[in-house]
Amino acid sequence: MNTRTRPVIRLLQYAALAGFLVFLAFPLVWMVSTAFKPPQEIVSLHPTLIPNHPTLSNFTMALEESSLVRAGMNSLLVAISTALLTVLISLPASYALVRYRTWLRKVSLGWILVSQIFPQILIVIPLFMIMKQLQLLNSLVGLVLVYLVWALPFTLWMLQGYVRAIPPELEQAAAVDGAGKVRTLVSVVLPLLAPGLVATSMFTFVISWNEFFLALVFLQNPDLNTLPLALARFIGAEGAVRLGPLAAGSLLATLPGLVFFAILQRRLTSGLMSGSVKG
Amino acid sequence: MGLTSTEVRSESSNERRSRGSRQRRQRQQQRREAYLLLVPALIPVLIFSVYPLLNGIYLGFTDSRAGFNRTTHFTGFENYVRLLDNSRFWESFKIGLVWAFGVTAIQFLLALGLALLLNQRLRMRWLVRTLALVPWAMPSVIVAIMWRLVYHPDAGLLNDVLTRMHLINENINWLADFSFALPAVIAVGVWAGMPQTTVTLLAGLQGVPGELHEAGAVDGATAWQRFWHVTLPQLRPVIVAITSLDFVWNFNSFGLVYVLTEGGPGGKTMLPMLFAYNEGFKYGNFGYAAAMGNAMVVLIIGLMAFYLWSRMREAA
Repeated sequence: MNTRTRPVIRLLQYAALAGFLVFLAFPLVWMVSTAFKPPQEIVSLHPTLIPNHPTLSNFTMALEESSLVRAGMNSLLVAISTALLTVLISLPASYALVRYRTWLRKVSLGWILVSQIFPQILIVIPLFMIMKQLQLLNSLVGLVLVYLVWALPFTLWMLQGYVRAIPPELEQAAAVDGAGKVRTLVSVVLPLLAPGLVATSMFTFVISWNEFFLALVFLQNPDLNTLPLALARFIGAEGAVRLGPLAAGSLLATLPGLVFFAILQRRLTSGLMSGSVKG
Repeated sequence: MGLTSTEVRSESSNERRSRGSRQRRQRQQQRREAYLLLVPALIPVLIFSVYPLLNGIYLGFTDSRAGFNRTTHFTGFENYVRLLDNSRFWESFKIGLVWAFGVTAIQFLLALGLALLLNQRLRMRWLVRTLALVPWAMPSVIVAIMWRLVYHPDAGLLNDVLTRMHLINENINWLADFSFALPAVIAVGVWAGMPQTTVTLLAGLQGVPGELHEAGAVDGATAWQRFWHVTLPQLRPVIVAITSLDFVWNFNSFGLVYVLTEGGPGGKTMLPMLFAYNEGFKYGNFGYAAAMGNAMVVLIIGLMAFYLWSRMREAA
């Protein structure tokens, strides 16, 4: 882009880049290092960045912790259900919002904005009462319902970008060829949307897997803990002393998010915010 | 061309009328299709989002409490009169503002710097670009746990590094220290929110036409001048959008600080959301907690309106 950069400036740029590298990476490296350290190394007066005697015992201890494993299963169940349901519901909706001119288009945009501005406490208190009446407090089904509505703004926003990227001419061509509306949607639009559906499901899976506040409010039964809840309670209870298993458990809990985001990386860096324009 | 115009002109008024009604029918059918497609999303949104939100705003004007068989009374502005006297809430409001402004501003500057670097052809930038996304993929609870390991008074990385650099003589308990807790928490907030801000600014930078820079370079503008007079004005809409969003997200954030400090020590990191959560779900004062939520919304909307208005005036 710029034709020539002076060596001094280049040097400064690399120094700044190294600074960012340190800031971004060190906390991560530290957690990984703690996860592989035996207990006596963790509390040693001069801890090393790379464990002297790396061990997997923290991981086995974290996996033997039945509360963490159960929480992992709960999280998996909730995140998969939320991702599938949310995408299923927002697929027709985002298609309609892009292709049909209705007043709901503006309203939905307004609702997406409002859902970001209003603090969750305002929604959560009445929602708590509703769920109580429906006997859906302390239930994973209830949590999935809450997540469904909470994740919708994101999925609608993302999917609309993918719908917009499909040229309407393709659908018109199918209609000219005599295909009905349903047929056109299923055999023309759906296949083209498949990558977008996969990406959106992954994104929804990750944000539900990571969610904490709503789970804290709606789940009080420890048997139903999701992973973030279990880890937060673990650090409050015994994690403060058992740093190794805590770090190992946290590392494991981060993996699904990391894997999915690695797959999504190109789409995320091309700008999720501008995604609705660029697709 | 000529043929079609004669065709249109020769069209009888009868035909024209029937075409009009066909169009109307078509439009009606389209509307029906649109509603049919939207209903599955609309129903849960109405029941589990729109209704609770409206109800939540209303609850802020009542004495609603948790528990069975309690009747709720409309109390008008009583909650707000009580809030005015609640110095702990205002203290938490102030902390929330320091936190939200601090995180948003520092994050913006750092992310802009990082985005500018990533926009250059530098070696290793793929590594930093990938790393910059990692916080986004992590649950806020784990980000908090990770930083608790870094800040740990005895086994933490930070104390060790600072001791080795001879900057401190004895270990500091960062998250329990009255003066260090808030800055320490803000640093974590900055770290956690880097991805979205960087990615958005980078996308914005890549949208700045290269010709503008070349034209500037031909005119003899220095890199700094090109940044200030070409890049920044082009980025303005993106900057306004992402800083507003960041501010709202930060002001309403909960999980990170809840796990880091639970609002401690002595309420020094008690963000408004934590305060309202305690009021509602620890003490069961639903109405009072909702009133705090209302106060937060009013403040956010006021600040946003002022910010957007001043940006718009500047741009005009």
